Amino acid sequence: MKYLHLVWSALLRRKTRTLFTLLSLTAAFLLLGLLQAMNSLVAGSADFLGADRLITQARISFTQPLPMRMLPQVESVPGVTRVAHSQFFGGVYQDQRQGFPQFVVGPQRLLDVYPEWILPEEQRLAFVSTADGAIVGARLAERFGWKLGDIVPLTSFIWTRADGSRNWEWRIVGIFEGRDDEWRDRAQLMYLNYAQFDEARSPGARGLAGIFIVQVADPGMAEEVAAAVDARFENSPDETKTQAEAEFQLGFLRQFGDIGFIMNAISGAVFFTILILTGFTMSQAVRERIPELAVLKCLGFTDRAVLWLVLAEALLLCALGALAGMLLASAVTGALPPDFPPLRTDLRVWAFAGVSVLALAAAVGLPPALRAMRLRIVDALAGR
Amino acid sequence: MAVDGAAAVPAPLVRIRGVTKAYVRGKQRIEVLHGIDLDIPDGDFVALMGPSGSGKTTLLNLIGGLDSPSAGELTVAGERIDALSGEALAHWRAETVGFIFQSYNLMPVLSAQRNVELPLLLTAFGAGERRRRARLALALVGLDDRAGHKPSELSGGQQQRVAIARALVSDPRILICDEPTGDLDRKTADEVLTLLQLLNRRFGKTIVMVTHDPKAADYAARTVHLDKGSLVDAPAAGH
Repeated sequence: MKYLHLVWSALLRRKTRTLFTLLSLTAAFLLLGLLQAMNSLVAGSADFLGADRLITQARISFTQPLPMRMLPQVESVPGVTRVAHSQFFGGVYQDQRQGFPQFVVGPQRLLDVYPEWILPEEQRLAFVSTADGAIVGARLAERFGWKLGDIVPLTSFIWTRADGSRNWEWRIVGIFEGRDDEWRDRAQLMYLNYAQFDEARSPGARGLAGIFIVQVADPGMAEEVAAAVDARFENSPDETKTQAEAEFQLGFLRQFGDIGFIMNAISGAVFFTILILTGFTMSQAVRERIPELAVLKCLGFTDRAVLWLVLAEALLLCALGALAGMLLASAVTGALPPDFPPLRTDLRVWAFAGVSVLALAAAVGLPPALRAMRLRIVDALAGR
Repeated sequence: MAVDGAAAVPAPLVRIRGVTKAYVRGKQRIEVLHGIDLDIPDGDFVALMGPSGSGKTTLLNLIGGLDSPSAGELTVAGERIDALSGEALAHWRAETVGFIFQSYNLMPVLSAQRNVELPLLLTAFGAGERRRRARLALALVGLDDRAGHKPSELSGGQQQRVAIARALVSDPRILICDEPTGDLDRKTADEVLTLLQLLNRRFGKTIVMVTHDPKAADYAARTVHLDKGSLVDAPAAGH
């Protein structure tokens, strides 16, 4: 700590240059923070999912439906306790920009395998017994101001009714809440009763489900159960692929591209740009101070002490810029409207920023620090 | 005021025997000091004089532990500094030597007080003690009222006095002065030299000063002349 003022004063030697470098670092870490918050959201989007649930989909693709007649066969596989089914509805409410996910489900089965959703008993019964019933997450209800009994018109870009129309109407019979903060944040979807859906859709599509959600008795045996389910349908017209729910979720996101890779690639480009800029600043700052560093050595500072002083200067510069950028990123993610994805600069993002600061400080500080360490006093004082 | 010639004093603080210094520039080896023998007793004030290129700054750098001889023995304050490693030499400098340069070499962004405190950062003193000692050193050079000023806010003479305070603050045994008045006008130079003389006479500091200026050399107790890398008229004390 006693060297802090020495390090600090070195940064203040050229105030304008330091200010602009700090602003660049702040902008870079703001971007880095937001990108990594997005990355963290994607990476963490499956963390909360239960380890006791598997998803069975068609082997070819999850867009390929599976016949409902397979459900009892899946249910009979040893180790399976319950099976639910789900079908992506792909509905648009009022405006395409107001997107939210809807799934057609068997109400009782769905609520049995997802105890994380909390729904009053009378609403549960209403969902089970209302053919055109729908339940919505509390966040979604807040967003659109929906209440029980409201009719929600949806236009499906996937499913047509038997009469050729794509317009469907659903009656809100329940509003569910998440069990904990994680699930409460995710109460932004809508479940639709399979009864109306299957009866009203075009005859050729009836009796089909998108995926099966398989609850297993022992999460430790999930892999064996998944293999047993797939083995049951091997060489049949409807071969299956069963995997952990978290894995399925990530696979679903990857269909839009490897988001993690894209985010990291952009972060890498930002990091590289700032590395060049800060590296240039640090090199110039040290080059200007060669005689001063030589004087420090005259006074008894060892070569290693001078090396650490320059490295500390690089670290302080990077850390200040990063802190400002990350605080801004936190402010931005905190101020996002509720209909935006729940971006957060969580511990994972801060840790990423911390490691980036260390790597950046080492990369930009080490070359001038080594130069400072190696400089010969008599040459430096003589201006050689 | 000054006395030319060797003074009879007890034990040498600096003992130089057969010291040679050579530099290699490309394929050429240039010997700038040729087998120097010199003793500087404790409490002496020696002026090193000679024409440009005579090797006086090189000799000063060797005595101050800023450079190592190519051959010979160099003992300062009982330590064979020619045999010390780079790190040990740095520690030795911090404890034993104070440096005063022609161009002051103060840190421009630090106040006078902070500049003087610099050598104390290498000690175990706490912040309060460092401040107190730096104030004392500044008071000794008559600048305690300018402690908060940065070098750019001080005159050349004042900057050199801050540099002297910095050299003194860790109470070194020997002060190495490289043309300390080279950038100063006559009047200010005399003030600085009087101050050095005071440090030598009243506080017993051993001073080795390189100068071109015969008037500056007059303030020293004796003068040693170098020419073309050899001593001209001052054999090692005790020889």
